Amino acid sequence: MATQGGTAMIAAPPPSVHLAPAEDGASAVASLRAALAPALRAFGLQSAVFLATLVIFGVFLLIIAGKNPLAVYADMWKGSFGTRFSQGATLAKAAPLMLTALCTALPARLGMVVIGNEGALLLGGLTGVVVAQLFGPDMPYVTIPAMLLGGGLAGGIWIALAGALRQFRGVNETISSLLLYYIGLALFNFCVEDLLRDPTSLNKPSTVPIGEANMIGAIQGLPAWFPEMHWGLVIGVVLCLVAAVVMDRSTFGFAARVVGGNVKAARLQGLPITAIVLITCLLAGAAAGMAGVVEMAVAEGKANASLAAGLGFSGILVAFVARQNPLAIIPVAIVFGGITASGGLVQRRHELPDATVDVFTGILFILVLASEVFANRGRQS
Amino acid sequence: MMRTALCSLLAAALLVASPVRAEDTTIGFIYVGPKDDYGYNQAHHEGAEVVKAIPGVKILEEQKVPETLDVQKTMESMIELDGATVLFPTSFGYFDPHILTMAKKYPAVLFLHCGGMYDAAKHPKNVGSYFGYIDEGQFLNGIAAGFATKSGKLGFVAAKPIPQVLRNVNAFMLGAKLVNPKATTTVIFTGDWADPVKEAEASKQLIDGGADVLTAHVDSPKVIVQTAQERGIHVCGYHTNQAALAPTAYLTGAEWNWGTVYKAYADQIKSGAIAPDKDWGHLVRGGMKEGFVKMSAYGPDVTPEAKAKIEAVKAQMMAGAFSIFKGPLEDNKGKVVIPAGTTLAQTDPVLEQMSYLVAGVVGDTGR
Amino acid sequence: MTPDAVQATAQLSPLAAVFFALLGGAISLSTPYLFVSLGECLTERSGRVNLGLEGTMILGAVAAYAVAYHLATAYPGATWLAPWLGVLVAGFVGVGMGWLHAWLCAKDGVNHIAVGIALMIFGVGLAIFLGKPYIQPKAPHLPALALGNWSTYEAVRSAFKINGLFLLGLGLAPAIAWGLGNTRWGMILRMAGESSDAARALGYSVNRVRMLATCAGGFLAGVGGSFLSLYNPGVWAEGLSRGQGLMAVALVIFARWNPRTCLLASLMFGAAEALGPALQAAGLSRGYQLYAAVPAAMTLVIMIATCSTKRTLAGAPAELSVS
Repeated sequence: MATQGGTAMIAAPPPSVHLAPAEDGASAVASLRAALAPALRAFGLQSAVFLATLVIFGVFLLIIAGKNPLAVYADMWKGSFGTRFSQGATLAKAAPLMLTALCTALPARLGMVVIGNEGALLLGGLTGVVVAQLFGPDMPYVTIPAMLLGGGLAGGIWIALAGALRQFRGVNETISSLLLYYIGLALFNFCVEDLLRDPTSLNKPSTVPIGEANMIGAIQGLPAWFPEMHWGLVIGVVLCLVAAVVMDRSTFGFAARVVGGNVKAARLQGLPITAIVLITCLLAGAAAGMAGVVEMAVAEGKANASLAAGLGFSGILVAFVARQNPLAIIPVAIVFGGITASGGLVQRRHELPDATVDVFTGILFILVLASEVFANRGRQS
Repeated sequence: MMRTALCSLLAAALLVASPVRAEDTTIGFIYVGPKDDYGYNQAHHEGAEVVKAIPGVKILEEQKVPETLDVQKTMESMIELDGATVLFPTSFGYFDPHILTMAKKYPAVLFLHCGGMYDAAKHPKNVGSYFGYIDEGQFLNGIAAGFATKSGKLGFVAAKPIPQVLRNVNAFMLGAKLVNPKATTTVIFTGDWADPVKEAEASKQLIDGGADVLTAHVDSPKVIVQTAQERGIHVCGYHTNQAALAPTAYLTGAEWNWGTVYKAYADQIKSGAIAPDKDWGHLVRGGMKEGFVKMSAYGPDVTPEAKAKIEAVKAQMMAGAFSIFKGPLEDNKGKVVIPAGTTLAQTDPVLEQMSYLVAGVVGDTGR
Repeated sequence: MTPDAVQATAQLSPLAAVFFALLGGAISLSTPYLFVSLGECLTERSGRVNLGLEGTMILGAVAAYAVAYHLATAYPGATWLAPWLGVLVAGFVGVGMGWLHAWLCAKDGVNHIAVGIALMIFGVGLAIFLGKPYIQPKAPHLPALALGNWSTYEAVRSAFKINGLFLLGLGLAPAIAWGLGNTRWGMILRMAGESSDAARALGYSVNRVRMLATCAGGFLAGVGGSFLSLYNPGVWAEGLSRGQGLMAVALVIFARWNPRTCLLASLMFGAAEALGPALQAAGLSRGYQLYAAVPAAMTLVIMIATCSTKRTLAGAPAELSVS
């Protein structure tokens, strides 16, 4: 029975580059070109999609908002990548997105759709605070990794819960992860405003701070022309790379793909499906949980209502636009970070509402999805 | 050191003689919500409009900036890309750590925060904070409510049980009790600064429980005001004037008068009285007397008797001769929170740490 | 009336007050969930998931509000009609969003979940963008039938203030259930959801059937959105979007794709949302943050209790990839 879109939920793994031993230079070049062709085609396609978005959104701006699209785009560029400051703002926004996107991208390999990233993020951030309290401010080189691990574990358990409900009770993981988000949000608010509240945080209920020493700081020693970056970005990039390697090169990743592609075949093979599902969910939730720790430890140093800023949900979007490919998540998150970072400038300079950025993102996303048609056609030929 | 009145600022300006700056001063306003929300953010926007009209001043406005790293980037963007030299980030949560971090990074820019508690020992010199004693307005609201209620039950839709909110709830109750000793106020916390569905449900349940005058402390009291109008009861406004939404239900309202505050700041900055390297009144507070807050015009159902009483108390506030919080005061659990004989001035910092609900209020702060 | 006198009004006992608050919540808060879940029910029965109904609902809300406002301002004599026309326009906006979803999903290899999420973001963003001029103006509300005026208790009267849309939804649920089982259209729709091959063999275009189902679902979702902006809470505000559309999709699966159970689930959900404020009004404020989790927790518990690895797909349209 054809499951519409079911198999397409799993991104096709990037083709491994196998270069045949070169007989002569020409044949080597030819095989290199053949190997790179799919990647180039994908890049070309995404560029075409982006251009189409610019055109459609430009028309929207012109006709409905009465604004000059070129001027708006100029400021979008300026506000995202145009100046050193903007680049720093973009990277700051991109960092948590890379991590939360993994929360959707990893289970997608198994054909699962997880949208509860935000819940894992919040509980991860909260747990990070608790861990920091346990370890104290005196040994940041131990505490910060412990915070990340603790937050990752909390987030991982939350998503693994959705996975377990799927495996043991047949509850759809999309729904259960969403419901768990609402429950997690309520628990988070209760802890921040009541159980774990810092009594001196009167007008903005927050948990006790983790201490200056335990905060995730900016990367020092960069050349002057380099945009500002904090270590959370490094964590995001590294985790995406690790995820790519694990999912594409390791036995676990291969097993996961089999489970995602054909459960019956996986069962015949004797693969431990439940274990694979649970581990994948654990890893996915861990990524989102770490995003929570990073967001918490970068600016505020404590958990409060500001942590619930929708980064988890934006991560879902990034994952889908990146076609659930952890390597592609890195540039897509940066593009998304840029779009959102430029929102402020566009709002101020052109008197456009803040939702302008959402409309742009929505159009981009729709066109990316529509372009899947061409991508798949190319792959099948 | 705490300067409490705008008068002090003006006095300082008179003492200091500085040349007027030649070029345009760019002032940035940052709002946490939409600027036409019929509430908190709109009040600030209206203040910003007053500043916009000052010659030689250019304003920037950005809305819906969350209290995260985003606001730091917004502030930086306004400074770096638009050349802002003065910023008014208007939401409480922007202060720590965001404003403080940016203030250290840009010592030549002035950061004037709404609601924060400036501490000269801890905070950089280019930061200032201001706030208004709008609980004076809620007290007067309470008087109006006390007169208007027939059931003796009042309702308060509040966002979160933080001191600024609790102070308003208590002031409202005390105002009502002044003229109607048997009145009670039921408070429902929605848990969110802006959630129209929860606010509608809370209003409905308060009215179902017998409340016939409502008021609110949420970012946009629009829903509560409209619900009161539809259910045929009365309502007291908050933040800005919502009378247009409730022609018969509106009694009066406690409004911010940020225009006065912002214009004074802008004038001082233009004249050089306030500058990052000068000593100026970093912690600014004011109430009715200083023109930081004002009351809406009276609605049609306010009796002459009620008007007379409100005006009388307001006159006392204007003369600086009225205290809302004075002992003996009990909370709604029976504990004495202000002992007999003690009167707390509006400027007393203890009031900014309020964590109780006074007797007569039905509800729990959760502590 | 001297201010010292406190007029004694009939007041219910706290337990009764909570009960009537829940009843009122079941009636007034359930309507958006009801319409969106019925719409999603149709869509999913035809074999497709539409996660984008949140965007459809909010876009419908702003469209209804704008139309009602403009009509009432232009033709003050027809103020009673304006909100109903707003509802209708909201429905058609929903049809448009549904068509967009169907058009995108009809293409080979396009991920339906992703399309839904894309349309959710686009729909909400567009609604907020276009809705900026409508935050301040006031649109006329949909009327309510005061069916509780026999009571002296305000809480009871308020609980029985029933909106026309709710009554429509009450009738729609069994009507859709009957239609799915007893009409030709219903059978074709179900066939597209159970076995696309069989439908194709009979000469029906599966994509066309699904498109019509998705459009119908979009219509209902748009109407559900109009309830939010024109009745409860009866304002246009950006905080109107709280994930209700997504929750409604959850309710459909929870209701086993049965329209009548969708009705029950929506009522239950609406009551659960009213529990928090009701308990606070009764004085129980400690831990109020946790009340917000009651609807979701309740749904999850019931899903866990009623699902099983063997039974979960019973009732699921076979073409729907939900496992």
